[in-house]
Amino acid sequence: MIFGWMNQFAQSKRSQIIFFAAYVVLTSLGLYFIQDSVIAFLLLLFSILILYYLKLSNKAKWIMGFLILAILVPLSASHGSAYQSYMEVGTLVGIYAAMSLGLNIVVGFAGLLDLGFIAFFAVGAYTYGIFASAQASKFMPFGHYPLPGDTFWLFIIAGALIASIFGILLGIPVLRVRGDYLAIVTLGFGEIIRIVLNNMDHPINITNGSMGISSITPPDFFGISIGNSSQFYYIVLAIFMVVMYIVTKLEDSKLGRAWKAVRDNEIAAQAMGIPLVRTKLAAFAIGASFSGMMGTVFAAKQMFVDATSFTYLESTMILVMVILGGMGSVPGVILGAAVVTILNTQVLTEISNWLNQLSTTGAIAIPDALSPAKMQRLIFGILLIVFALYRSQGLIPHKNKKVNAEELKKAASEGSSSPEAGSPSPETALVNESRTTGGVDL
Amino acid sequence: MLQQIIQILPQVIIDGLTLGFVYAVVAIGYTMVYGILELINFAHGDVFMTGSFIGAAVLFFMMSVGFLSSLPSLIVFIIVMAITAIVTGLMGVGIERVAYRPLRKRNAPKLIALITSIGISFVLEDVVRFFAELKTGNYIITSPPLFNQKMTLDIHSVMPVFNKITFQSSFILVFIVTIIMLIALDIFVNRTKWGMAMRAVAQDRETASLMSINVNRVISITFFVGSALGGATGVLFMIQYGTIDPYIGFILGIKAFTAAVLGGIGNIRGAMLGGILLGLLEMFAAANLSTITHGAMGAEYKDVFAFIILILVLIFKPEGLFGKAVVEKV
Repeated sequence: MIFGWMNQFAQSKRSQIIFFAAYVVLTSLGLYFIQDSVIAFLLLLFSILILYYLKLSNKAKWIMGFLILAILVPLSASHGSAYQSYMEVGTLVGIYAAMSLGLNIVVGFAGLLDLGFIAFFAVGAYTYGIFASAQASKFMPFGHYPLPGDTFWLFIIAGALIASIFGILLGIPVLRVRGDYLAIVTLGFGEIIRIVLNNMDHPINITNGSMGISSITPPDFFGISIGNSSQFYYIVLAIFMVVMYIVTKLEDSKLGRAWKAVRDNEIAAQAMGIPLVRTKLAAFAIGASFSGMMGTVFAAKQMFVDATSFTYLESTMILVMVILGGMGSVPGVILGAAVVTILNTQVLTEISNWLNQLSTTGAIAIPDALSPAKMQRLIFGILLIVFALYRSQGLIPHKNKKVNAEELKKAASEGSSSPEAGSPSPETALVNESRTTGGVDL
Repeated sequence: MLQQIIQILPQVIIDGLTLGFVYAVVAIGYTMVYGILELINFAHGDVFMTGSFIGAAVLFFMMSVGFLSSLPSLIVFIIVMAITAIVTGLMGVGIERVAYRPLRKRNAPKLIALITSIGISFVLEDVVRFFAELKTGNYIITSPPLFNQKMTLDIHSVMPVFNKITFQSSFILVFIVTIIMLIALDIFVNRTKWGMAMRAVAQDRETASLMSINVNRVISITFFVGSALGGATGVLFMIQYGTIDPYIGFILGIKAFTAAVLGGIGNIRGAMLGGILLGLLEMFAAANLSTITHGAMGAEYKDVFAFIILILVLIFKPEGLFGKAVVEKV
């Protein structure tokens, strides 16, 4: 009887909203009053995941999610000393989530394993870094550098464009390579970019080599210089929202369906008239552009770039986010990015500090080698293996949009009778079929 | 400029051959697994790295017991090699059991197997780092000196165009041991029953299983042989180059894979030649890039050089220098 009642409660829309509102109020109050509690902060972020599972219209979810992230989280965290560090976490989650959405297009939608994805991030970061610091005056014959901070907004777009050009440049030769070689070629490409960036201080000093580029101009928003994590949080949130919107729109577009067709069977897709190279290039370019945008933001936020931030480990970290969340699943990938980033920046360091405290007080001696902050590789490795072996669909499996076959057929036959709609295109027929069979899980 | 290049050429060849032999043996591990499973075993480079650490551990142990001073170093070396090869070989079998076999049973897409192999390589790197750091406090390890007498070959007095060459005595060891390993492997694959089974499985797994070949066991043996060779090469690497760290396997693994692709993946003799060729090219680049480009590009670009070779080969001759072209079928 209790189960029946609970079930009814869970099914009812109103009780869901009440429960959700109570949860959000409770956690934000918790965060407001217990400022140093990381747990309250994480619980508040968790509300986004609950929101995803609520039975609400998409529009309502978007609005509520935006309100929580843009107003409630900063407001309830703004009270205490840990404010900036919370916002830092939020910013990083946003950066990585947008990047993993980009990688998700390449790996999850188009099925191309890219192991050098961080290279595009590096390209974006260096684009802003070079021109917004005195570095550019070392090799540019004209212009006055560093550029002022209000050009940052242009550089977000420039970063996206340049990164997508790099994506295409990489793609043109690489995409002719057979499936699994692609992984190793992209890996090689990532390393090439890193090594070149690390050594381009001679003969012409473009990237300042291993010294990195320092004192990058912070962005300028109508005269306000943006330097805090709490301010970058909003920039990242805005870009992230745009990226998420683009990705959700793309997923069900013609291009998105072409990607999935290429992923499931390249030869069959080609036979259906999908231009292979152009489709794959689009995946590379769009994925790379998200990464490039976030690279620009990253450079502005850190005010320093050097090649050590763009290693193979970072590329794999983004891959872990995608695999953990679920390849091809947009909400899953965002969750994966949040989990890995929070694990990396908060949980591991907290545990390490706690263990350090234990060893200094002499309770138990933990060898330094065991410090969880150093165990990133092990944790990423285990996550990759466990998820690939036992749950290859990830935390939130990818769902194909449900299409009512009967209605489609009716619409198609009605469409054929009216002259302006034309005959039922083969495209709709294809959609219909692939939707009902559900596609192939990766 | 040309004269300068010619002068150091003998030294470059010696160094290139040393590196090339290491690549060649590691490349065999990649090529054998790829030939049978069509899988890039990303973990193989780290099996090599683990081998070098196991070798170092055994060597340190023998030093602490006093064997190193009482036994001739050649015997110590053989013992270290044997132990390492067996341990890493079993490790390879274990990796296949844990990470690849369940996927094969499920007929999972190749992408998933690639991802588990990346996972395995990360786990290996971190576990090795952990133990090294726990025991010595630092994850970069300097191996105990073995075969490190400096030798000089004075060809300058015979042929004045060349400079003198200097090398360690371990170079001779690397040279001889890798040649023995390569020949032994060639005989194993081409002359023995298991080798024949391996070739059969590589050609057509299903038909081979109909011919009463135990496919799973053949795959296990392939992993054993490949990993044992890789681990043993790790020991050679440690003796030759002196310092090892848990991350050597990554770059070296990619280069060995490049060598395998260069020689035509799946082709064992091709992998050997590809490895030697890549080693020579890389050393040549490292030594002369700065001279050729008048200082614009230094030796730090040698890794870029290897990757560019990989990309060029994959684009223009994906079947490799010694392989056959494969047509993808529906």
